[in-house]
This record gives sequence, C-alpha cells and structure tokens, in this order.
Amino acid sequence: MSTEAVPLPPVAATPGLDQPAARVLMWRHHLRWWEALPWLAAVAFYFIFPDYLGFATALLVTILFALSLDLALGYAGIITLGHAAFFGAGAYTVGLLAFHGIWTEPITSLALAALAAAVIGFASGVVLLRTQGLTLLMLTLCTMALLQEAANMAHDYTGGFDGLPSLDIAPLFGFFEFNPLYADTQYLYTLAILLVCFIFIRTLVYSPFGQSLTGIRENPLRMHAVGAPVRRRLIICYTISGAIAGVAGGLWAQTNAYVNLSALDLDRAATVLIILILGGYGRLYGAFVGAAAYLALEHFLARIYPTAWQLGLGLLLVIVALYARNGLLGLGEVLWQRYFVRRAAT
Amino acid sequence: MSKRLIAAVAALSISGSAALAQEIKVGVVLPYTGIGAEFARQMDRGMELYLKLNADQVKPYTITLIKRDSKAPSGAEAKVAVQELLTQDKVDALAGWVYSPDAIASAPLITAGKKLAVIMNAGTAFITNLAPDFVRTSFSMWHAGYALGVASAKTLHAKTAVVAYSDFPPGKDSLDAFKAGFEANGGKVIDAIPAGGPGAVPDFTPFFQRAKDEKPDVLFVFVPAGDHAVAVAKTYGALGMRAAGIKLIGPGDITQDIKLQAMGDAAIGLITMHHYNADLDNPQNKRFVAAWRKDYGADSTPDFTAVGAYDGMAAIVHAVQATKGKMDGDAAVKSLLGWKFDSPQGPITIDPETRDIVMNEYLAEVVKGPDGKLHQKVIGQIDRVKDECKAQAIGPCAPKK
Repeated sequence: MSTEAVPLPPVAATPGLDQPAARVLMWRHHLRWWEALPWLAAVAFYFIFPDYLGFATALLVTILFALSLDLALGYAGIITLGHAAFFGAGAYTVGLLAFHGIWTEPITSLALAALAAAVIGFASGVVLLRTQGLTLLMLTLCTMALLQEAANMAHDYTGGFDGLPSLDIAPLFGFFEFNPLYADTQYLYTLAILLVCFIFIRTLVYSPFGQSLTGIRENPLRMHAVGAPVRRRLIICYTISGAIAGVAGGLWAQTNAYVNLSALDLDRAATVLIILILGGYGRLYGAFVGAAAYLALEHFLARIYPTAWQLGLGLLLVIVALYARNGLLGLGEVLWQRYFVRRAAT
Repeated sequence: MSKRLIAAVAALSISGSAALAQEIKVGVVLPYTGIGAEFARQMDRGMELYLKLNADQVKPYTITLIKRDSKAPSGAEAKVAVQELLTQDKVDALAGWVYSPDAIASAPLITAGKKLAVIMNAGTAFITNLAPDFVRTSFSMWHAGYALGVASAKTLHAKTAVVAYSDFPPGKDSLDAFKAGFEANGGKVIDAIPAGGPGAVPDFTPFFQRAKDEKPDVLFVFVPAGDHAVAVAKTYGALGMRAAGIKLIGPGDITQDIKLQAMGDAAIGLITMHHYNADLDNPQNKRFVAAWRKDYGADSTPDFTAVGAYDGMAAIVHAVQATKGKMDGDAAVKSLLGWKFDSPQGPITIDPETRDIVMNEYLAEVVKGPDGKLHQKVIGQIDRVKDECKAQAIGPCAPKK
C-alpha cells in the first residue's frame, strides 16, 4: 500500500499471524519513535524562538488545514480544489459570532465552526460526490466560489473584502489572554488543538473505515463489488474532512482576530494543495513537512528579498515536481532505502 | 605632515558624528509581490524621494527603512510582518498599507505596540478609528467621493445622477460618499448599478444603457484604474452618452497618472475629483515631478500613491524631530495632530480629532496637451476637505462603543 511508511515485504502465500505481512498489518498503526519528533520540535520551538510565534502559529494552522485535505485527497482520493470553502465556513462562524458579540469562548466556538463546516461538507458532498475527476474538481471550486460571493453579498454582516475587524476573543479558560504582540497563548492553544485533531485523524485512517477509504481510492469498482457502501463512506469522509478544515479556519480567525474574504479564496485552496503535494499526500506527515518547508522558505526568503522571494519558492516547486514525485517525504524515503536499507541488506 | 593630521582628524570627526547620528528604524509594510507590486514601487519611490530631497530636514537622524512584503491582502500576512517588525526589529515607527484589509487586521497590533503607524494608501474610511496610533496621509474614499458630490451639484449644476460602481468596498464607499455629498446639496441619485467586480473587466454596455435610459445629468463611475477605466471611457463614447447630455464623472482613482497615457483618446473629457494629479501647478509639485523624472526616467510619473508615501515620510520625519528621536508612540502621534505640511498636492493638515488627512480636492478634466500626451486640467477646487464619513459619524465610521 502506497500510504505505508514502512516498506512491505512480499505477500506471504499462506496468511498467518506469524507471517511478515500479517505482522506488518498488525503493527502498522502502532506508534513509532520518530512520530514524537514533530511534537518535540514544536515544543522546542516555543522555547528557542519566542519571537517567531506569530509565524509559527500560522504554520500550525496551515498544517491542520493540510491534514484535513490529506484525509479527503490523500486517503479517500476525493479530488478537490475547493477546500477553502470549509476553512472559510469555520473562520466566518467564529468571526460572525465574535464580531456581533454572540459567542466569544474559544473552544466552544471551534466546535461550532466544525459543525458549520461539517453541515456544508455534508450538504455539498451529497450532491458533488456523485461525480469524479475533473467534474468533481470544478464543482468543488464552484462551491467555494458561491460561498465567497455569498459572503461578499452579505456585506452588511460579513464586512465583505474589508472583513470583520478587531474580533474580541474571550481568554482561554477565562484566564489566558490572546496577546496580539506576543503569540504565546495562541501558539500553545493551536498546538494543542492540532494534536487532538491529529490523534483523531491518525486513529481514523488506521481504522477499518480508513482502510476502506484507501480501498475506494485505489479501486472504487472493486470496493463496490465487495459490497462496501462507497458513496456513503465518501460523504462521511468529506464531512469529517470539512469539519477539521472548519476547525483550522476557526483557529485562523481566533489567532488573527480578523476574517475577510481571503478565507474563502482560491489562492488559499491552491496553496494548501501545493503544500500537501510538496510534502507528500496520503501519509499524514506530508502535511507537516510540506507546510514547514513551504511556509518557512516563503517567510524567510520574503524577509531577505521582499520583491523577488517567489522566484526561490518557484524553483523549489519545480525541483520537487521533477525529482520527487511523491513529495519531500517520498524523496526522503527513496534516499533512506537507497543508502541505509540496501546497505543493511548487503 | 600637518595636512595629513588635519585630514585624519577631520575623518575621525566625520565618522564620530556619523556614529552619533541616531538611527530611526521605520518598518514598511507593502505588497511587494502580486497585483499590488506596482503600488509598492510607486510608494517606495515616494518615500525615497522625500528623504533625498529633504535630507536637511532629517538631520541629525538617519532613517532606515525595513521593508516587508504584505503579500496577498488577507490581513494575516501583513499581521505577521507587523508583529515581527515590532517585536524583533524593534522599529520606531510603521508605515505603508496599500490594502485596507491589511491595515484593518493590523489594528490590534498597532494598539498593543504603541508605535506611530502611518497609513500611506489604504482608503477605507473607518480604519483610523481602530487604533489610537494610526495616522493617515493618503485619503479615504470619502474625500473625493463626497467632494465630487458637492461639486456635481454646485459646479456642474447637476440635478440627477446615476452611479455605476465595481462591487467591492472602495466602490461601495465611493457610492455612499458621492450620494451623501450630492443629496446634501439638492441633487438626487436615481439609480445605483453594481457593474461587475474588480477582477475581470466586464462589458459595461448593459449597465451604461440602463443609465442612459434614465437620462441623468451625470453618470458617476467608480472602477479600478487602468483597463476598467479605459473600457468605461470607450463604452461611454460608443453609446453616444455625451451627445445625450450625460457627463461622465468619477473619483481620481480612475485616472491614476501611471495609467492615464494607456487610456488613450477615449479618456478625453473625463471629469474627476481627486487630491492629486501629476499636472498640478504648484512649486512643490514641480520640484517633486522634476526630481522624479530625473531619477526614475522621463516617461515615468508619480501618482497619488507616491504622494501619499511622500507625505507619510514627511510626517514620520516631523515626529522624529518633535520627539527628539525618542519616537514614543503617544508623543509621536500627538506631535502630528494639527501638523501642517506643504505637499506636492498642496497644503495638507492632520485632523487633530480623527488623525486623518485634511486636504484640497481638485476637479480636473482630461485634455490632450500640445505634446500629444493626456493631461489633467484643473477646472475647480474645494479647500480643506475632511473625511466626511468620520466628521458626520456615518455607518461604520461612528466610534464603536
């Protein structure tokens, strides 16, 4: 299975629990030592670079958004270019509630954001997931464009392009303020939400449900033939993915204290797709690697060359597209195989 | 021998005084990439030219610009840039902001950071209400819109108007401003037509035909400068609206100087209201335009964005001198309240109550000059125009309780 980080040995002729293949299947969802690394790095970052927490918070939000897309695109094979629809739905839920003074408590706001995005994901999924390929791609794009235009037309409530200014977000647990200048609270809060969502997604993709999604991605006809409810599974997956994207959007609105139409922009949807492909899709950690590589390069190149940073980023994307078809993680895997596994074998 | 000694002492004293010159760090947040890059370049040049032409005003301080790209107008990227400028670079003042969303999103940081922040372009009226350290040297959409409403009724003697606007905040603000100014002086806006968005240029024929059928005295148009404005002028000509007695008017955004020549002869006769055009006849502007053409090429021209940045830099330098380089936020802002400056656009002041600019608005007509190029001829002027949205506390400009 291409999603697996550990290489599969040849399939055994007679299956049994002592067979290598069966052992791999049984152990694949178990934690590996290196899975702690991103989280340790994130905590270390907090202590080592306290001045960069604003940027790092934006990075964590993007990782969560890319993870939600990975669930739909990488695992279930739902080709979408409109994932910002859910990001925006979540962001506007938090934004509208806070701006009009209805609800400002952060964690419950996020739950409401997830709910709103899930409703849109379910409603659009029921209609869209009858289609495949380019048709699906265009329809997801249309859904997002419709939502963006709706937000623009509801200018009196959403502020349109100018957005909802200076959102008042209540302190976390009634105690930890969101300081705009020093983003300590925002960073740790976002990291905690990311961890919770990640554990949920990781459990989901290794569950029988997640396995059936991978099956649908690889061969929908065969999944139909074995009696799997293909469309229902896809709709559920799309709804969950939408809800998580909604959480990412809600976090974005809370940590920025601002929402505008850019939350629903094609630019956002395309960037997260590029990030996921850059890191490697269908492998969970691709979202981490892709977002970190893309955003860090963008951020620091833009600091050095405010006018020409896009050139450097473009070169990276060309190189990855030419030499690393499975993204940075895929490239790392190939190198690992070539230099360590083979050497160990000889 | 003694000559050498003198030279050495002189060199030492020069380097000594250079070391004494206090460095003032100004964080500049502009969209250096994407569709806003053209604005950013004009504004960079405006700031550079101020520092070059007025080097004696800056002494004994040196101004260092730390430039950051605000990227796409989502607010989030500009916000990260502002945060890092304040906490890492420890800037003494902030400047820039082309897009209103970026300035609006930055407001909580400006409030928390307590440093002077000079808005050099972003035009949504209520931005200056959002943070006590915002000072604006550019304009709000209300300056030109409201003044044009007044002038349409008083100077052009129009009784009825139809408004066609690009459907995004500057367009809507312009509509509101024009309507307020026009109707306060006895005119009546009989129809407001949303005419496409700011992205792609729409076919204006159906919108203008509808306007023509309603037979107003003036057709007020707000669209982005450039291709949109060219299409407006051409459609206006093709439908024979001038012969039908309908004047085409708009805020000066639609005849931005850097776009004017590309508009061609279709633009001749267009009447706009704005605070600046490169043809303004005053000594400051003559000096400014001459220096600009010398430094950046004979075919290049400053425009209102460049002047907003020029005036903004002048404001920062004034604050530096007034606070003796300390640049404490409150003191810097206070020094600019009621500040007067002789700008290329004419005399300007900062309104002590709203921290927004007060300036002259010029009614201008596009004409073809003897050099074969398009020029803007001033045919009317309103002095000391305030941002009426805040002055009258209309809609979102009313201070939030």
